[in-house]
Parts: sequence; C-alpha cells; structure tokens
Amino acid sequence: MTPDLFQAMAQSIIDGDTDAAVELAHQAIAQGIDPLVAITNGYVIGVNQVGEAFSTGDAFLPELVMAGEAMKAAVATLEPEMARLGTKREVLGKIVLATVEGDIHEIGKSLVGTMFSASGFQVYDLGVDVPAARILAKIRSENADLVGLSALLTTTMVKQKEVIEALIREGLRDKVKVMVGGAPVTREWVQRIVADGYSEDAIGAVGVAKQLLSK
Amino acid sequence: MPGKIKTITDPKLRLEVLTPEEVKQIHEATLQIIEKIGVRFPSKRALEIWHAHGAEVDFNKMIVRAKPDLIEKALKSAPPAFVLGARDPQQNCQMDGNHVYLGTDGCGVEIIDLNSGQRRTTCLQDVVDIVRVADATEEIGFHWIAVSAQDKPVVSRGLHEIKAAWENSTKHVQTESIYNEVEARAAIEMASCVVGGLEELRRRPVLSLMQCTAPPLGHDGGSLDAALVAAEYGIPTGFMTMASCLTTGPATMAGTLAVGNAEVISGTALLQLAYPGAPVFYAAAQTASDLRNGSYTGGGPEDFLFGAATNLLADFYHIPLSMGSFATGAKEPNWQAGLENSLSTFMASAVMSDMLLGAGFLHGSRIWSYAEMLMDCEIFSIVHKMMQGIVVNAETLALETIANVGPGGNYLAQKHTQKHMREVFLPKFMDRRPYNEWEEKKDNAADWALQKAKKILASHQPEPLDRHISAELNRIITREES
Repeated sequence: MTPDLFQAMAQSIIDGDTDAAVELAHQAIAQGIDPLVAITNGYVIGVNQVGEAFSTGDAFLPELVMAGEAMKAAVATLEPEMARLGTKREVLGKIVLATVEGDIHEIGKSLVGTMFSASGFQVYDLGVDVPAARILAKIRSENADLVGLSALLTTTMVKQKEVIEALIREGLRDKVKVMVGGAPVTREWVQRIVADGYSEDAIGAVGVAKQLLSK
Repeated sequence: MPGKIKTITDPKLRLEVLTPEEVKQIHEATLQIIEKIGVRFPSKRALEIWHAHGAEVDFNKMIVRAKPDLIEKALKSAPPAFVLGARDPQQNCQMDGNHVYLGTDGCGVEIIDLNSGQRRTTCLQDVVDIVRVADATEEIGFHWIAVSAQDKPVVSRGLHEIKAAWENSTKHVQTESIYNEVEARAAIEMASCVVGGLEELRRRPVLSLMQCTAPPLGHDGGSLDAALVAAEYGIPTGFMTMASCLTTGPATMAGTLAVGNAEVISGTALLQLAYPGAPVFYAAAQTASDLRNGSYTGGGPEDFLFGAATNLLADFYHIPLSMGSFATGAKEPNWQAGLENSLSTFMASAVMSDMLLGAGFLHGSRIWSYAEMLMDCEIFSIVHKMMQGIVVNAETLALETIANVGPGGNYLAQKHTQKHMREVFLPKFMDRRPYNEWEEKKDNAADWALQKAKKILASHQPEPLDRHISAELNRIITREES
C-alpha cells in the first residue's frame, strides 16, 4: 500500500491540495511510516515535479505557491511525530524574513517566504513594520543563516541599511547573509548598503539564497 | 505668455466595455464586500469616524464593516466637478467629466541620465529638470511628482519635491509622496503660501494628493490621516488601487475590479463622512500580475480593459478619475513601449478618464526616460486627434472643392486645403523620411525626443515663483527638518 500512499502525497502537492496533503500525513503517522521517509519519498517528489514544470513554462506561479502551502502544511502535520521520534528534517538553512519598520507591504515578502520554505529552508516570517531590534533578536535566538529585508517605499528602503548597520554594531554581520528586496531595490542599492544579494522576484530569490549559503 | 494645455474634450468616440447592468453588479458586489468582509483602516482617527457614523468597527483588527446605505449616502456628497488649480489659472484642469489631461507618471526611483545615458538613482535636481521639461510641453497638463528626491531627508523629501515643482512650473502639482499627517499639514501650509491664503487655496487648490491603498482590502494608516487633513482644507484627494489579478485580486477581472472598488470607495466615503463635499477623485492602475513571476506588468490586454472599465465605475459615483495608462513594462523605448502605451492611453481616453498617469517611465514606473516622456506626449497627441473623430458636414464633405479638382489633378493647391490642412496631424517623432536619409543617419524617434528634451532644458524659462514665497517655503521645510 505504501507506494500508493507516497504517490498520493506527491499528487496532493502537485494539485496544491492542502487538505489532502494533511490527511495523508495523518495516515502516514497512523501506519507508522517514518515522517522523513514520507517527506522524501512522497511530498518532495511532488515539489520537484511542480518545480520542473514551472521551469519549463508548463506551470505558473499560483501552482507553485499552492504546492508550497500544501508542503508546509504536510510538514507541520508530521513535525510532532518527528519530535517524538527525535528526528529532524534537514533544512538548507534558517532564514529570518521581515518587511522593515514603517512599511506595511506584505505580499512580496510572503511570496518569497513560501518559495523559501517550499525549497527546504526553515523560514521565520516576522511580518510587516518590524523594527531592527526585533529582527536582530530573532536572528540571534534562531541562530539564522540569512535575513531577508523587504521594503516597497524609497522612504523605508533606508531601513534596510539601518538593519545592516545594526548587524555590524552587534557583531552579527559575519554570521548572517543579508538579502534585500522590493520594487525600488536595485543592484546599485545592494552595493551601496553592502548587502549580500537581492532578486527582482520570488523564484530568483531562492537561487540567490542557495548560492549565498553554499559559500 | 501662458502655455496652452492640450486636453481631450467633446469626444466623438464612445466605448462601453461594461453595460450599465454590469456596472451595477460590480457596485453591488463591492457593497457586499464592504458590509460582510470589511476593509482595514489602520488609523485611530479613521476608525473613530466610522464608529461615530454607525459602522461596525473592530478596533483591535482595525476592520470596518459598513452597511450599503451608509456608503451610498456618503458618496452622494462628493462633488461631481471641481478644478485642479494651477499657479497660472489659465492652466487650471477641469475635473468635470468632459476633459482628459495627461500628467507625468510618478514615484520613480531611477532615471536614464539625459547627458550620460546611464541609469542612476534619482535626486531633487531630477525633479526640477523633469518639471521644467513638462512645463514646456502642451501635452502635460499637470505634474505628478515624477521621481523621488532621494538626496533629501525622508522627513522632508515630499516637501522638497512639491516646492521644486511650484518653482519650476505654473501647472498643477499632484503628489503621492505626502503620506502622514505632519507632512500633509506642512504641504498645505506651503500650498497656501503659493496662492496667498487658505480661502484662495480652497478655490484654486494648486496641490492634490494621491494615496495608495494597501491591497487587498486595506488602507495605510499614515495615508488615511494625510487624506483626512487634505479633505479638511479642500485639497483634492484620491485613493489609488493597484489591485492585480492573481496577487492582490482574484484571477478574474470582474473580481479584481470589485476588490479595488471596495478599497477606493470605502476610503472616499470616509472622507465624505468627515468632510461632506470635499473634492475627491477615484484613482486606479489595476493590472494582471505576471503568471510566471508574479510581478507588476505595467501593460497587457487586462490593463487596457481596466483602463476602459474604471471610468464607468467612477462615473457611476459621479467622481473624477485618475487612470493609470502609459507606464510600460518595457526596459527601453521600443515596440512593447509603443504598443502598451498607445493601447492603454486610447482605452482610458475613449471613456474620458479625467486624468491620465502618466508619461515618462520604463520598467513599470521605475525608470524615468526623457525620450519616453516626449514620445508618450506624442501618443497622447495622436489619441487626442483620434478622439475628435470624423466631422461630417457640408464644409467637411467639400463637394465644391471636389468639383473644382474633378477627375485627375490634385487637392494640394485648393483654398479648401489651405483652410483645413493644419487639422491634419503632424507627428514630431514618426519617421516619414525617404529610406536613403534614414540609411545614412540610422537615428530614430528616441534620439529626436532626447534632443528635444535637451533643447527644452537649455532654453525654457518657466515663470518664476515670487522669491518671497520661495523663501517662505524654505522656512517651512527647514522647520519640518529641525
């Protein structure tokens, strides 16, 4: 029966069907299947298929996001069982995300968060209008590898610089990579504030993060 | 001599992309959204106003739910016509449903430098230069602050920008970069200095504010507070939705129209509840997000249809509209730019959107290009000509002249031709030269437009602002900075 279950798991991700993904996770736990095996042999197969279809132009952004949401829900359902067994899903890195202080624009940042977590990163999304102190505290408490700072306004974009300055002041700058994003962000801005990377869209952000953390 | 402004008026063309019944369906869906789902108003003052008028207010979540009759009654007090005042009153823009004006596009962060041709970050001098070029053109009817003065402090940036516009042009100034109460009060004090008092400002508002909504179904707190201050002083104010299919709106266009409409009319109703009769306008630049990367596209068939649909909604509420047209997603002035800007402008003009925003940008309103700006002006001129349609009467049928020429011959030397030839459109930037001449030079519209911008900047002298007024504006800005 198990290969059928794995196939159904993969299909639930391809369909972007969160309810089905969660239900199948419960079934797996009930059948005593190792959650890590369920993830690797089931859900991840689906994620990879959607990713491939997207890269060849056969799938679109909403399908990618729905697959990401379903994946997140499935993993969350399996987490208590993993904790009980003392196992842990290997993550590509830990990422703190926030829209900077004074800025309430959420969509781009959240989209990047979904793409990151679907790609295997652990994401801590602090939301919008987040002061530098809170961002730094989270980086410290989670021992994050990367921080993503979003801003849509030229007047709040300067806060990205202030967070980087705070990281330097607190001696954290060498420990964490900094990515910035938002419509007014350009390559020149990234160079000026000495961030590590940026991307003009959410898909590109994943590639940049992977590259930064592989160094 | 005051510069004449080109405006589309008394159109012969008509376009109805939504039937009256469909407009009503969108309106009813909108009322249902506001009543059942609610709209986020993250401003204490705004929430209290809604509460005082009997709306259901969740002060914790800052969500307002209002009954249809409260919204409909509030909207009824919005004036159907008003003027956007100019330093030179002959350049006032009539917001009366029978005029279409072109503005510069706004809020850009980069510019193709006029001299070096290199892309760079914008500064206050760019605001000055763009305003001066716009002042010299007849197509640009009003200024939307085109680029951000990123060399100025955040607290006073918006104020430096409007001062630069008034000092370098006699045309109306609109900005989207005043978005908190303190800035709004300072900006109004400055506007009052320019016209000589608050009463005159009410009659001839030389400033108008645009506030972006926070989609889906939300507003920005600072923007709401700024808009309320503006409404108090009779400064025309509009809420702009940029609801986008797939991301901040449903994939379907009707649903995205309804979501954006809920944002705009709920904000507009708030201003009317607080200050009945305050001049307000509808502002919109809906689009469909790109299917592959989710980005703002700045063009495409959905944009063009939104451009033609939104004024039907604004007309339904009897308030003027500022419609996003132009603003191509192209990276340089090319096929895509010409296509997108022509169709978006034609569709928005065909329904008589009162303001078109606007000329001059590449890459979805991010990178200013003087060449694109002047070529956009030419697109507006072409649409302006098309909107006049074809006049049919005895004079235009020209039977007498046709008889004079008879079979064979030509019409070049006819009196009738002499009389009417200047009605024929003469382009500034279209290449109609012999092929050989082009082959020798290989230059094109963008080169000529760039030359023209350089020439304007070198020679055009805008009517200066009284130096005492300038000094007073400086004093206000310095005070705000300290």
